[in-house]
Amino acid sequence: MTYTGRFRVWRGDADGGSLHDHEVEVNEGEVVLDILHRLQATQTPDLAVRWNCKAGKCGSCSAEIDGRPRLLCMTRMSVFAPDHVVTVTPLRTFPVVRDLVTDVSFNYAKAREVTAFTPPAGLAPGEYRMQQVDVERSQEFRKCIECFLCQDTCHVVRDHEENKESFAGPRYLLRVAELEMHPLDVADRVDAAQDEHGLGRCNITKCCTEVCPEGIKITDNALIPMKERVADRRYDPLAWLGRTISRRR
Amino acid sequence: MTATARGVDAPGRAGIDARTLRTDRWWLPPAATTVGLLAFVVYGGVRAFQQQYFFADERYLTPFYSPCVSLGCAAEPGAAHFGMFLPDHPLIPYAALSLPFLLLFRLTCYYYRKAYYRSFWLSPAACAVPEPHAQYTGETRFPLIMQNAHRYFFYLAAVIALINTYDALLAFRHPTDGFVVGVGNLVLLVNVALLWGYTLSCHSCRHVMGGRLTHFSKHPVRYRLWTWVSRLNTRHMFFAWITLGTLVATDLYVMLVARGTITDLRIVG
Amino acid sequence: MTETERHDYDVLVIGAGGAGLRAAIEARERGMRTAVVCKSLFGKAHTVMAEGGCAAAMGNVNANDSWQVHYRDTMRGGKFLNSWRMAELHAKEAPDRVWELETYGALFDRTADGRIHQRNFGGHTYPRLAHVGDRTGLELIRSLQQRIVALQQEDHAATGDYEARLRVFAECTVTELLTDDDGAIAGAFGYWRESGRFVEIAAPAVVLATGGIGKSFQVTSNSWEYTGDGHALALRAGARLVDMEFVQFHPTGMVWPPSVKGILVTEGVRGDGGVLKNSDGERFMFRYVPDVFTGQYAETEEEADRWYDDQENNRRTPDLLPRDEVARAINTEVKEGRGSPHGGVYLDIASRMPAEEIKRRLPSMYHQFKELADVDITAEPMEVGPTCHYVMGGIEVDPDTGRSSVPGLFAAGECASGMHGSNRLGGNSLSDLLVFGRRAGLGAAQHVAGLERRPVVREEAVRRAAATAVAPFEPSSGGTSENPYTLQTDLQQMMNDLVGIIRTHAEMMEALDRLDALRDRVRDVVVEGHRQYNPGWHLALDLRNMLLVGEAVATSALLRTESRGGHTRDDYPDLDATWRRRVLVTHLRDDDDGGASDPVVPRVVVEPAERAPMRDDLLALFELAELEKYYTPDELAAHPGRDRGAA
Repeated sequence: MTYTGRFRVWRGDADGGSLHDHEVEVNEGEVVLDILHRLQATQTPDLAVRWNCKAGKCGSCSAEIDGRPRLLCMTRMSVFAPDHVVTVTPLRTFPVVRDLVTDVSFNYAKAREVTAFTPPAGLAPGEYRMQQVDVERSQEFRKCIECFLCQDTCHVVRDHEENKESFAGPRYLLRVAELEMHPLDVADRVDAAQDEHGLGRCNITKCCTEVCPEGIKITDNALIPMKERVADRRYDPLAWLGRTISRRR
Repeated sequence: MTATARGVDAPGRAGIDARTLRTDRWWLPPAATTVGLLAFVVYGGVRAFQQQYFFADERYLTPFYSPCVSLGCAAEPGAAHFGMFLPDHPLIPYAALSLPFLLLFRLTCYYYRKAYYRSFWLSPAACAVPEPHAQYTGETRFPLIMQNAHRYFFYLAAVIALINTYDALLAFRHPTDGFVVGVGNLVLLVNVALLWGYTLSCHSCRHVMGGRLTHFSKHPVRYRLWTWVSRLNTRHMFFAWITLGTLVATDLYVMLVARGTITDLRIVG
Repeated sequence: MTETERHDYDVLVIGAGGAGLRAAIEARERGMRTAVVCKSLFGKAHTVMAEGGCAAAMGNVNANDSWQVHYRDTMRGGKFLNSWRMAELHAKEAPDRVWELETYGALFDRTADGRIHQRNFGGHTYPRLAHVGDRTGLELIRSLQQRIVALQQEDHAATGDYEARLRVFAECTVTELLTDDDGAIAGAFGYWRESGRFVEIAAPAVVLATGGIGKSFQVTSNSWEYTGDGHALALRAGARLVDMEFVQFHPTGMVWPPSVKGILVTEGVRGDGGVLKNSDGERFMFRYVPDVFTGQYAETEEEADRWYDDQENNRRTPDLLPRDEVARAINTEVKEGRGSPHGGVYLDIASRMPAEEIKRRLPSMYHQFKELADVDITAEPMEVGPTCHYVMGGIEVDPDTGRSSVPGLFAAGECASGMHGSNRLGGNSLSDLLVFGRRAGLGAAQHVAGLERRPVVREEAVRRAAATAVAPFEPSSGGTSENPYTLQTDLQQMMNDLVGIIRTHAEMMEALDRLDALRDRVRDVVVEGHRQYNPGWHLALDLRNMLLVGEAVATSALLRTESRGGHTRDDYPDLDATWRRRVLVTHLRDDDDGGASDPVVPRVVVEPAERAPMRDDLLALFELAELEKYYTPDELAAHPGRDRGAA
């Protein structure tokens, strides 16, 4: 089935911009990214869109469709009625570069602040032994394709520019959880999670989980378990007592 | 920074007039949550302080009055299994030992936090919908930093769930007829089973059972417990809502039987 | 002319996929100030698309595996055209490279005793592919990316600057390599995609790790980045390409809906039990076992099914023949009218195992079909067909160091050649990236350490590169203006139709004619707008490379009058042993005055040369009977089996 779809696409840069109306051919089985490519080829050759694999595996084509953070390549046109006007804008948490492309360097800066994987001293390559049940939690988090949709939707930074300094965002709190649950990691990031990465700012309203295209249960499996680990360390006198006693023995 | 240049309007971000471009009815879930939670709070508040119709002759004790430890419980002999020592005062609920902690258990619950942060505090009301507050510090300061005490309320809630279980089981033994099963017994039983579902599916419970471990393979029993709680945990929101409903339904049923408005139907005995 | 940003590094790596990142890690660890330039964001490279796994003879699942077995499998898969030295290094070093990833934090699926689990794959005798579900490439790129971040953290601790010794230039495209007066590498010229600003990075060693050329074909599993940049940059800098006729078509790409046509369906589906069927419901692969593999594959469905559980006593299913064989078989089935409704064949796993098992083993395939095609692979078969996937040909390099014929220029990964011969085995590319990425990084570091003086960039070359880059903004001289998107579509269609999976002499001649016409049109490409993140402009510049590489492929394919691996000639359907030792070398054609023949898309020449013979001890790893299928008798005179035969 082919029809003429109606689109509103934001175009502009850091100095300003606006929504532009377009009518474009839509064919069966297409996704929003196909439509933007058709726009480029036929109407707006310089329309800036970031994309790569077009199969939901690289996390490049993040944008907002009808106000919701989505991957352009994984949003099928069949979810819209043919007369629906599809609005496409860039991510609204990061500075815009041009059209649908934003400057996501915030995320790469935050990635550098998480203490890297630290294996035990003296464990030679090839001697790593890990049980499947012990790696599964971290494996779920390593499905992350770094599309930064969770970072975009998280109100802690989306609605409060000033929090960007002190909050790593769901993606990097997930990374902290991944390393803390890694069976062979010996570093300790629990205090840093609270003090440096801003875990306490998370109010577990789960928007990160809602937008995750990989279906990672960010809140239930990473953020809350990390909050509990912080509670163990900081806010639980019994756990503190238990640690103290077992250390004495 | 001016009030209008906050968040999505901050300098450098794409200049879009609309605060949100969502076209769906994003306001519906927070609105429904508000109505649901308020309704429960109003009903629960009225009943907690009513101080009557909490015990039916069939030995049904409503969870809103368990354990009944006020001197006022003497009005219903058989309702108090754990002694009566709190003064009988209109501002002190008969179950003053459990209700505050149950309230705090739910108040600090990871699901309810999401629910009321979204619906009452609009922080955020829905994903990618701007929140109205100029400042946001999350759970880093008093009082919200107290949310970290959730596990202690979980421990207490588990004790209270045991008491509720005791109440439900005790109700099967009629003072004169011996072992009986009435509709009220089933109501109490279903309620307590779901209360266990809510209590055990708690995120803190999941952490205590095994979530804090790094090597599941070295703790096979705790790993199995964790796996089991994890499965329940995916339904934590379901249990949170359904138990609000069954608590009200159970209490209402006991109240109506106690008032004599309806008669409990005996199934066995 | 606009201002050019200038940087100076010891080693410049172009491309941030597996090979590029591994090379950068090695160079930095050897003390070199290193820069990595990539067209996309850091961590988005095409390596993330690799699904099945990373081949390494660790022997975790089947202890009989060894580097020798892996070596034999690789040479067989490549139809004995591989650089034997590369195949040897690869087979020997792959396990170390995989284990190294674990020290970076990678979490592969595990065996019961806690080691890395390995899965079956086409052409591999034993379960050999280290994997994480079906998203192994993502694990690989993320582990390397995180290793780079860890190194930057070390530098930050030491110097206060994360980028003191290792910097990633993300969304930056290199358009030209810069050489000094002696032809040695002096750096590279490119532009920032975000701003359009020009950048010159001076470096005495450049490692090309730009990946493949798949975007020149209409149906491909490759992303937009795969425009053959490294191949073209190397050619223009004076290096040679070899084996460019060998292009791998992966047998199983999605065929429906059109917008996802070509997207890869992992070979892991077949490795884990999925089977190919035609529209008659027949498992047709049993009819397509070629002579050279006779006796190595199951002959009945019963035996093939038993093999999944008992590999000692059964032979593997022909569904797992090397990719070139399977792709040709599917092509034939469809041509003969036994295809599926959308022009593919069926790949059935739904009837082979329970739904939960499929979701656990192949989560991203389940997700991909569900989301993109509305097909539930646990309930119905997939429709699949061949898709352009990988180019075996590439920059001619020294196996041990990745050095090309241009001083200071190194290459690794898909843009280098030799490792895979005429056809790559699945799973061998991820290990290729690691083994030769590391070696190229090492080679570059040693090259720089041994330099007496640093080559100096010629200012004239920078000016020329800048002028070429902005040319598409100027109105064309001919009056007609070409749209880069239209030109790209025409090129892709032509390459797909004429230089695709089955080739003929007449088609190659026509392809070369059409390339000539495209070459004229590319001069008239005009782009709108300004330089800030302008995809039309980016494409216009990439087109130069795509055309150059297209010409190298078509010319090489015209000359090789036999069928082998990723090169199938309808007019020469058989393997020809005399062609085995011949290699087709592509280089630029110089004009009489020594300058390039055409500044936009220079002309290439393809000439045959002799391939170096395999070392005797490696040759002795094969049975004489098998070698006789590929070699001429005189080449095998020294084989120990020959002596035994004589005695």
